[in-house]
Amino acid sequence: MLELWLLVLACAFGTYVWRGLGVLLSGRIRVDSELFQWVACVAYAMVAGLISRIVLMPGGMLAHTLLLERLAACALALAAYFLSRRNLLVAVGVGVGAIMAMAAWRGTII
Amino acid sequence: MRDALGVPAAVLAAGMLGFGALAFESGLSLALALACTAGIWALPGQIVLIEMYVTGAPGAVTVLAVMLTGARFLPMAVSLMPVLDDPRRRRATVYAAAQLLAMTSWAWTMRRCSDMPRQARLPYFIGFAGACWVVCLVATAAGFYLAGSFPPLLRLGFLFLSPVYFVVLLIGDARTPLAIVALACGAIAGPLSHLVDPQWSVLSAGLIGGTAAYLIQRRVRQRDA
Repeated sequence: MLELWLLVLACAFGTYVWRGLGVLLSGRIRVDSELFQWVACVAYAMVAGLISRIVLMPGGMLAHTLLLERLAACALALAAYFLSRRNLLVAVGVGVGAIMAMAAWRGTII
Repeated sequence: MRDALGVPAAVLAAGMLGFGALAFESGLSLALALACTAGIWALPGQIVLIEMYVTGAPGAVTVLAVMLTGARFLPMAVSLMPVLDDPRRRRATVYAAAQLLAMTSWAWTMRRCSDMPRQARLPYFIGFAGACWVVCLVATAAGFYLAGSFPPLLRLGFLFLSPVYFVVLLIGDARTPLAIVALACGAIAGPLSHLVDPQWSVLSAGLIGGTAAYLIQRRVRQRDA
């Protein structure tokens, strides 16, 4: 447990570094440089990669659902997002409701 | 504060409910889950941390990956400071307030504060971001407890909350060509690198997919120029 506490603290500090540096360097650096574009790409790709991995090959309880069910739930959530004029709460509600309805219907998880 | 306690806080809370549930299923204690929300205060970083912990990734790799997800705060802070800064305030106050900086508070403060008197801006930011922070801590605890006491079907729904939240947020709000290319490259690189080596996959997928996306869009830019 101690190890995990240290990990969380290190991650918290590592994240704060950017916020603090931003305050320190404000007005002194250009944020539209090539380096920042690359960093933005890496950050986007990393989160996108993690989420697509969780949807395509999940662990734990989500592994009991079918790939088709997860993809369908995501598609329904996205459709709901645009139909509700970009309401994230509605979209997430539809996605979560859809995966639960499909799992209940198939009877995989009681 | 009144601005915060509406749709922005509700959306953040939904994400943090999912995070609390994920933390519970991954075997974290409630105190650790709350420390993640309070300290990292960025949902992508928190989820990267938990997922990498579960796959047994080395600590240094995890910290590096979480740091990279937080890199977006640097340009945010740089652009926010000219709006917030008030020479009469102590620097320590500004640095403490910077911990509260996140996507939602940044977007709202940038929009609202430019037509506010200068001395009212920092208090507005602290009130707004602080309210979001408290709501999210409560939501993390709620997600954690609910995941433990719910029947399996509802727990499944809770676990699906985080992925579907990000699918909608990332795909639904990808407006710039750069973001779209980076998303596509990452979405392909993520599962592939997980097949190669789960422990390094989050970081390597980001570096490979992100660099590919950067090179693609630079190529396109140069061709158009």
